[in-house]
Amino acid sequence: MLSRTADSLYWVSRYVERAEYLARILDATSRLTNLPSDYGGAGTEWQSAVSTAGCEDEFAAAYGEANERNVCEFLTFHPDNPSSIRNCLAQARSNARAVRTALTSEMWDALNGAWLELQRFEKKRMDREEFARFLDWVKNVSLVFDGSAYRTMLRDDGYWFSRLGVYIERADNTARILDVKYHVLLPANEQVGGSLDYFQWTTVLREVSALTAYHWVYREAVKPILIADLLILNRRMPRSLAACYESISRFLDALGDAYGRQGPAQRHARKTLATLNNTRIESIFQHGLHEFIEDFIIDNSGLSNTIFEQYLQ
Amino acid sequence: MVAFDEMTGSGQELRPAYDALDRWLKEAPPETLALRRSQAELFFRRIGITFAVYGDEESTERLIPFDIIPRVLTKPEWTRLEAGLRQRVTALNMFLADVYGAKECLKAGIIPPDLVYRNACYQLEMVDFQVPHGVYCHIAGIDVVRVDADTFYVLEDNARTPSGVSYMMENREVMLRLFPELFATHRVAPVDNYPDQLLATLRSVAPRSAPSDPTICLLTPGQYNSAFYEHSFLADKLGVELVEGSDLLVRDDVVYMRTTQGPKRVDVIYRRIDDDFIDPLVFRSDSVLGVPGIIGAYKAGNVTLANAVGTGVADDKAVYSYMPEIVKFFTGEEPILKNVPTWRCREPQDNAYVLDNLEKLVVKEVNGSGGYGMLVGPHADKAQIESFRRKLKASPEGFIAQPTLALSTCPTFVASGVAPRHVDLRPYVLSGANGISCVPGGLTRVALKEGSLVVNSSQGGGTKDTWVLDA
Repeated sequence: MLSRTADSLYWVSRYVERAEYLARILDATSRLTNLPSDYGGAGTEWQSAVSTAGCEDEFAAAYGEANERNVCEFLTFHPDNPSSIRNCLAQARSNARAVRTALTSEMWDALNGAWLELQRFEKKRMDREEFARFLDWVKNVSLVFDGSAYRTMLRDDGYWFSRLGVYIERADNTARILDVKYHVLLPANEQVGGSLDYFQWTTVLREVSALTAYHWVYREAVKPILIADLLILNRRMPRSLAACYESISRFLDALGDAYGRQGPAQRHARKTLATLNNTRIESIFQHGLHEFIEDFIIDNSGLSNTIFEQYLQ
Repeated sequence: MVAFDEMTGSGQELRPAYDALDRWLKEAPPETLALRRSQAELFFRRIGITFAVYGDEESTERLIPFDIIPRVLTKPEWTRLEAGLRQRVTALNMFLADVYGAKECLKAGIIPPDLVYRNACYQLEMVDFQVPHGVYCHIAGIDVVRVDADTFYVLEDNARTPSGVSYMMENREVMLRLFPELFATHRVAPVDNYPDQLLATLRSVAPRSAPSDPTICLLTPGQYNSAFYEHSFLADKLGVELVEGSDLLVRDDVVYMRTTQGPKRVDVIYRRIDDDFIDPLVFRSDSVLGVPGIIGAYKAGNVTLANAVGTGVADDKAVYSYMPEIVKFFTGEEPILKNVPTWRCREPQDNAYVLDNLEKLVVKEVNGSGGYGMLVGPHADKAQIESFRRKLKASPEGFIAQPTLALSTCPTFVASGVAPRHVDLRPYVLSGANGISCVPGGLTRVALKEGSLVVNSSQGGGTKDTWVLDA
């Protein structure tokens, strides 16, 4: 297939996944800040949401204070934020439009319909309830798009590139949540039974919709080291770094088989997957959770570049 | 001036082809029709069939209004039209081969040589070059207007990159979905085999050195082009890659696409980029849409471009006025389709007449298209007429003039109900190594403003489904 087509398929998926991620961050942050102040945090939740979204500089340039109104506006519809939900969906549609023929009509419908609907939301002044509905709607757009891709795309290179976009972006998102919240998970900060931390931790889990999963997997009270284990190393958890890399490696192998040629991207993904499979969470904590995550984010974007060089240019 | 109405003739009768449609219009409850109209619009919006209007900042993507009342042609009407179209396109191709080759028609004095040689669309690159299989104009859109029960005029030949065929197909698709009952009572000739015919045409003109299953692609200027929807629609229906200039590269006079598995050789390019932009090494050097070296590959015989480079010399409005003579010279037959009577302002006698009758005439720029740069005398104010008078005096060779035709009308849904509106017709004619084909009908464009004769979508025109009845 055309390199440009593959590139667009890859990015359509990344942008849709990112839009969903932003909706999840906003949703989890609203929950946290809505708690009575006895249970709530230090009032830095909205700043933390901006950091998790990875757009601190752009936000600082557009606003002074990180409060609910500013952050919600910035992460949803702000034109100067290249990664606002609006711009993510716009980029996804624009990429999709350029490669219309490579998408199934269901996928196009999902994106084009979302784009038309988005303009209705954008014009409204939303109260809290409507805003919550809007966030649900964004998550739903991603679900419908993802489901359409899963159900209707031919299982060939187009599908694999589109899936690679999903998992590279998802791995990046999960890692970013951990990167911002790592201090919450560190033993030094652990105060047994402290309600403050408990809600911070569950927020991390909510941001990746893993709260229920956590209880099923560990059958224990919420503990930071197990949260990190779930999000980094547990392959049963669909947003964990290990699960993402299992998929990335599988789809890269499928490409390698179909094209009859392996390359640096396959080797890179396999190496990262092996590291994740052969590491224990205790040793990550010993060597520094923060460093581990920082390295992972760099390594993950390195793989994205390698995929670009090998296939997309 | 009373126009011929395709449903009611002079207004008194009911022409037989519209019999059942008339009954349906009278019987269907107005709410139902209104509902179907909004469903049609929703359908077009959902599938993203839009076009861009240049210079319109407000909305970069707009829908072309679709009218749900079809335009109906009978089988005998179509049979004659089709014969005329085949003859016309045969002549266009022979004319192009001649002006870039033996130049017999110039020697015979059929057309003044400077109209060819000084034409901006005449490409010196093409002189004495043998195009693959001798076909220049693979895809032609011939604009036809009707003035009475028996007379169709050719208004314009489009021999470069005619657009609109996706609307022809999508209009039918919408009608089939929304009004299945109408198709049960009418035997409408299908149009959905157009992509098959186009693909067969493109395959037939692959270079002789190409493999038996040639690689074909469609070259688009990109998603900001007004016809991008159509480009992606056609690529999809043809099952070929939709490429932009940057997706192609030329090495040793061979064209390749950049794919995820490395460069892949291309044999036939259905290009929807104008000559000027196709190769910055040969034409406009500032073009970023084109492919450097593609003309070299073309002339080395390693790739076929459809349409060929330089076809614009045949659809020029000044050359148009000579088409009856051109048809006769090359085919040896009387033209089946007439030209609209045309005054050539380059000829002093004609220009004098035009200057005296500006308020009655339609004056067109020889190189204009899409309804831009045109004076419709009866609808123009004094200032517009005087401005054209100055232009005509300054450079008469840049213009032609035609009488204001009473284009036929067709019943159309407008705010006030069903009313007659002027229509034209663009059938699409395909020429390959194995001959000419043409799907029945084409794209009917309708001027939605009352009394307006300008059907171009950029000027507020709409479209209709076009039916050729099989019985």
